[in-house]
Amino acid sequence: MISPRTPASAPLLDMQSVGKQFVLHLQNSTALPVLSGFNLTLMPGECVRLSGPSGMGKSTVLKLAFGNYRATSGRIWVRDTNGQQIDITQADARTVLHLRSQTMGYVSQFLRVIPRVAAIDVVAAPLLEGTQHALTPDEARERAAQWLTRLRIAPALWALPPATFSGGEQQRINIARSFIKPRPLLLLDEPTASLDPENTQTVIDLISEARAQGVGILGIFHDASVAQTVASRTVAMQPYQATP
Amino acid sequence: MIHDVTQPLLRVQNLHCAYGVRAVVRDISLDLWPGEVLAIVGESGSGKTTLLNAMAARHAPTSGTVAFAMLDAGLQDIYALSEAQRRLLARTDWGFVHQHAADGLRMNVSAGANVAERLMALGHRHYGNLRAQASDWLTRVEIDPSRIDDRPDTFSGGMRQRLQIARNLITQPRLVFMDEPTSGLDVSVQARLLDMLRMLTRQMNLAAVIVTHDLAVARLLAQRMLVMQGGVAVETGLTDQVLDDPQHPYTQLLVSSVLPP
Repeated sequence: MISPRTPASAPLLDMQSVGKQFVLHLQNSTALPVLSGFNLTLMPGECVRLSGPSGMGKSTVLKLAFGNYRATSGRIWVRDTNGQQIDITQADARTVLHLRSQTMGYVSQFLRVIPRVAAIDVVAAPLLEGTQHALTPDEARERAAQWLTRLRIAPALWALPPATFSGGEQQRINIARSFIKPRPLLLLDEPTASLDPENTQTVIDLISEARAQGVGILGIFHDASVAQTVASRTVAMQPYQATP
Repeated sequence: MIHDVTQPLLRVQNLHCAYGVRAVVRDISLDLWPGEVLAIVGESGSGKTTLLNAMAARHAPTSGTVAFAMLDAGLQDIYALSEAQRRLLARTDWGFVHQHAADGLRMNVSAGANVAERLMALGHRHYGNLRAQASDWLTRVEIDPSRIDDRPDTFSGGMRQRLQIARNLITQPRLVFMDEPTSGLDVSVQARLLDMLRMLTRQMNLAAVIVTHDLAVARLLAQRMLVMQGGVAVETGLTDQVLDDPQHPYTQLLVSSVLPP
């Protein structure tokens, strides 16, 4: 599970010959292959864009890296904050949770809302996870307020649960909630999909700032101009091919 | 989640439970760490509640061990403890929230007495302090403290369930077992209870094992999930893994049978 090789120049994310196939047991065990022999390395400060048409497995790659989907084959090494390489395909639940809390953030296109929790508390939550956090709830809220302001969420909305927010507002809550806690690896699934030009620019700025601090980003950006501005490299997804 | 803890809070190894010749729980092993919430899901009759009761020292397993990290002695087999030690554990460091509040409350004494009972059992005698703590816990579970002298049979279903939670948490346990804590409640009442449980488990770094047949409840409260079918753990993993990428045919059936949680 933990590799002995831990040089400082090691990639933040190293996906080696990763394959993923879904087996649908309720449909006569139909096998749905999505990915095979996929390789990718991500170094600190890079922003790698996954490109390709829908259905090529771009989101699957992000979900595999986050430990949300389980790889059928291959290895996915994530470098944790102590410099250890951890294979997320073999790690136990507790280790994956710890990586998610300290090492990697994931911004999906959709916010999973929690009934009754105010927007500002949704954003502040990552700062209060676990027992070792240094912030008081008030300090965490103060910081959440700064992020909500930067992402142009009207203060009148802060105390409301985001369930009734527009798609764009929910997406910005999601972004604020992910960026509020600095983590060395960020996985972004179309973070600007439902944003207006001003907010899109803010997200572009956030990505540039994170990269300047050495954060590695793996993202899906459908908007070509956004992709050109933020990405340092593009990985084109290949159609699925069975490996011999 | 503290990651430098070196020992799980609860360790279950090769647990079997049988009623006569009928095996209800077969060969279940799991570790639960401080602050973790584990959901046990599965259909009626899959053995979830039997497993919960075996873990909570309420029903001795046929074979296998359940060990709990005692504050002073490390991991100890709970069925090797004396009856008195086990009772003390059950009313200080553990909590048990029943599906039916009437099973977990004393319906004929006041709400305040229900909440303070565990403290009294531990020898707290100062009436003013007991009342103040009971009142504080009523507030924390969003029950108007002016109801402190009312009996739970005058409370609504949701309030009773919250009272049961206050009654369990007043001794700051490290582990709480819950058997279908939200079933039978209206959706709005359910949402309130779930949000409160979520907040309390995080604030108190409380570990919990929750039996539920509601996948949305599992998604909201639990980091980890165990899927049972016919007494066997057919799938385990992070809650989002199990729900978003179910591997076992039964889990796939379960996930595809409900509206997206």
